[in-house]
Amino acid sequence: MKTNANSTAAVPVISVVGLRKSYGSHEVLKGIDLSLLRGEVVALIGPSGSGKSTLIRCLNMMETPSQGVVSFRQQDVGDRFRDTGDKIGIGTLRRHVGMVFQHFNLFPHKTVLQNVTEGPIVVCGRPRQEADALAMDLLNQVGLVDKHAAYPNHLSGGQKQRVAIARALAMEPEVLLLDEVTSALDPELVGEVLAVIKRLGEGGMTMAIVTHEMSFAAEVSSRVLFLDHGIIAQEGRPDDIILNPQNERLRSFVSRFKS
Amino acid sequence: MTYNWDFHSVWQYYDLFVWGLWISVVYTFASILFGVLIGFVACAARLSRWRVLNLMARAYQEIFRCTPLLVQLLWFYYAFPLLVGGSIDNRVAALLTLSLYVGAFYAEIFRSGIVSIDKGQREAAAAIGMSPWQSMRRIVLPQALKRMLPSFINQSVIQFKNTSLVSVISVADLAYMAAVVNGQTYRPLESYTVMALLYIAMLLPLTQAADWIEKRLRVSD
Ligand SMILES: Nc1ncnc2c1ncn2[C@@H]1O[C@H](COP(=O)(O)OP(=O)(O)OP(=O)(O)O)[C@@H](O)[C@H]1O
Ligand SMILES: [Mg+2]
Repeated sequence: MKTNANSTAAVPVISVVGLRKSYGSHEVLKGIDLSLLRGEVVALIGPSGSGKSTLIRCLNMMETPSQGVVSFRQQDVGDRFRDTGDKIGIGTLRRHVGMVFQHFNLFPHKTVLQNVTEGPIVVCGRPRQEADALAMDLLNQVGLVDKHAAYPNHLSGGQKQRVAIARALAMEPEVLLLDEVTSALDPELVGEVLAVIKRLGEGGMTMAIVTHEMSFAAEVSSRVLFLDHGIIAQEGRPDDIILNPQNERLRSFVSRFKS
Repeated sequence: MTYNWDFHSVWQYYDLFVWGLWISVVYTFASILFGVLIGFVACAARLSRWRVLNLMARAYQEIFRCTPLLVQLLWFYYAFPLLVGGSIDNRVAALLTLSLYVGAFYAEIFRSGIVSIDKGQREAAAAIGMSPWQSMRRIVLPQALKRMLPSFINQSVIQFKNTSLVSVISVADLAYMAAVVNGQTYRPLESYTVMALLYIAMLLPLTQAADWIEKRLRVSD
């Protein structure tokens, strides 16, 4: 799977140039250049507060960059929901860029199946039967077909997160953004979620993954970025960054999380 | 001392009680209807990004929540006409005041219901490409309405009782009619007891229903 990035043409699906983000006077991201190539799995690691979530949330405009431009399929993303002129809208961007959250954020008033079909039906306007079939197929892939009629509060954390992944996949996204998707889970439930993500990567899904699971990052990613104080301090193949870190700060960070 | 109860002479005027009760119900429902509309607008203003709208809605809410309803009724009936010149029908003044009063409370109930929904819900909706309006209508509102329902019913029950105040500006509601019957029969104990019983008969089923709904909602959460 690590050959994915090399085997396809190096087309950036989503990229940022000169990305800066401040909250008040606190500058969290201090100039980030990043391109996700098609089929690439990029792991974002770094200390707490280094800006990993902020960066990944800028990629689907969940946070508005203070400076710099996000582009999707080499088209700049504007600041409106709808497409305007030569800029694509935030809504269009998000329709093609899935996101999975640390705290699942499933819709509690909808069943598992309705959670997954909500996007295809409401956003893409697909017929219900078609959306149901797609959703059942995805639920099958994450091993939750038998839970399709359940409400989220009857699921375990690991099951919720797998539904959240199916919900994101139902939009048939070109990129998937995952922000610490196993951090809120009991240790014994982490494996089932990581297995799903690993399979997605093997299937060629382009992903940006924020994680503290170093061995998982080393295993699934084709590239690792080490974020520190709002800049990309180190970048490279997982072998070099995680398994054999040269930089002192990176080495002490990685050793703290290696289990 | 033994009191000689005489409901019979009071009940001769039962048509007045029935008419008064009807008027109270009409004012309650009409003011709830207008109050919901006003509350909806004020809530939208409170949640909007426009600072001016926000401040205006806040001012409205605080004025009506921080003055007694009785004071508002007197002001709209006796003072407001002097301000604008002309006069105001007492029924119009009553309905206007009741609606504005309950609207201020509804606005707060709507607003707190909406902001109580975790912001992760809105983010999840946005992340699959929903517009802010789609996210509000399909994700936030259904959850918020469920949370608002008990306080909404509670406020509406209070509103029914509040209509009794319109009698001070001579709107012929149940309280007003009870006073009329008392004037005819000189039987205050019976007249006012019948009035109280009628209020209870109207509201007891409602408060019971509210408790039941609240319990059911808690189970389904
Ligand atoms: N909405 C916000 N308002 C103000 N400050 C914020 C906001 N969001 C994030 N920050 C600040 O930005 C900095 C980076 O936050 P971010 O969540 O991106 O870090 P992170 O690398 O994801 O950390 P963690 O590993 O703890 O999740 C932190 O100092 C945080 O306090
Ligand atoms: Mg984070």
